[in-house]
Amino acid sequence: MTGDIAAMGQYIGAGLACLAMAGAGIGIGHVAGNFLNGAMRNPAAAREQQGNFFVGMAFAEALGIFGLVVALLLLFAV
Amino acid sequence: MAEKEGSGFYADPMGQFEIYNFFGAGAVEWSSFTNSSLMMLIVVGVSTLLLTLGASGRALVPSKLQSMTELTYEFIRRMVSDTAGDEGLKYFPYIFTVFIFILFSNLLGLIPYSFTVTSHLAVTATLALAVFFTVTITGFMKHGVHFLSFFVPHGAPKPLLVLLVPIEVISYFVRPISHSVRLGAAMLAGHAVMKVFAYFVAPLGVGGVLPLGMMVGIYGLELLVAVVQAYIFTILTCIYLNDALHMH
Repeated sequence: MTGDIAAMGQYIGAGLACLAMAGAGIGIGHVAGNFLNGAMRNPAAAREQQGNFFVGMAFAEALGIFGLVVALLLLFAV
Repeated sequence: MAEKEGSGFYADPMGQFEIYNFFGAGAVEWSSFTNSSLMMLIVVGVSTLLLTLGASGRALVPSKLQSMTELTYEFIRRMVSDTAGDEGLKYFPYIFTVFIFILFSNLLGLIPYSFTVTSHLAVTATLALAVFFTVTITGFMKHGVHFLSFFVPHGAPKPLLVLLVPIEVISYFVRPISHSVRLGAAMLAGHAVMKVFAYFVAPLGVGGVLPLGMMVGIYGLELLVAVVQAYIFTILTCIYLNDALHMH
């Protein structure tokens, strides 16, 4: 084991930043689950709401991706 | 990371995103022709060729290529008119171009040994900033100074406005960041994951079938992600355009 404290902090920080994925996972699960819930109740309206579904997915996913960006910044840019 | 380089099997999963001078060595400058530039030319060439060929037939019973072209065209046209109204159709050529460019660079980037243009923030940020400026200028041209009232939510109690207006302003200016990072990071992450799985295949011997099967699955998922991300980028463009044209 070699290296310095700063590098250790970088790696720990990058790992912690990946926790953003947990939130994104919960969010995407909510979006998909609720869409399916609504689609099962009223299948006729499901097709029209598919666009909103993807947009909701995108918003939930984006925040998880910000975590990835923070991790990459910590690893390569600091 | 550095100490594993001698093992032979190891390579950097980020190596595939490296940009280098296509003709000769030397540092990459703003004017150099890189592998990314070549890939962009290929993307533009392939998409122009396919769409021109598809649109030139005009048969009553369309061929596969023609119906693919027409379906894409109608899909985006309906998306624009549904989201941004008939006024938004003025911007349809621009939105369609953005969609086709992103879709083809995502899909062509999935071919092994090719290069994903949209995995670079420099490219996606340029696309998103172009959308941002187009939308903002459109808003100011249509509504004049009145467009600034976009940042003041309707029906909110007066004391809350002190808090709400800065939030609205910030969320407006964060748009190009999230718009570009979403596309860039989704492509980057997908390709990096595939590369990581690829490194497990050879060292595991016979057991390498498992990560190989995993890779086939992930590749299918990436095909989906490539199309969905192009769709999301485009529909967000439409939503921003609608905000500028109709204000809430």
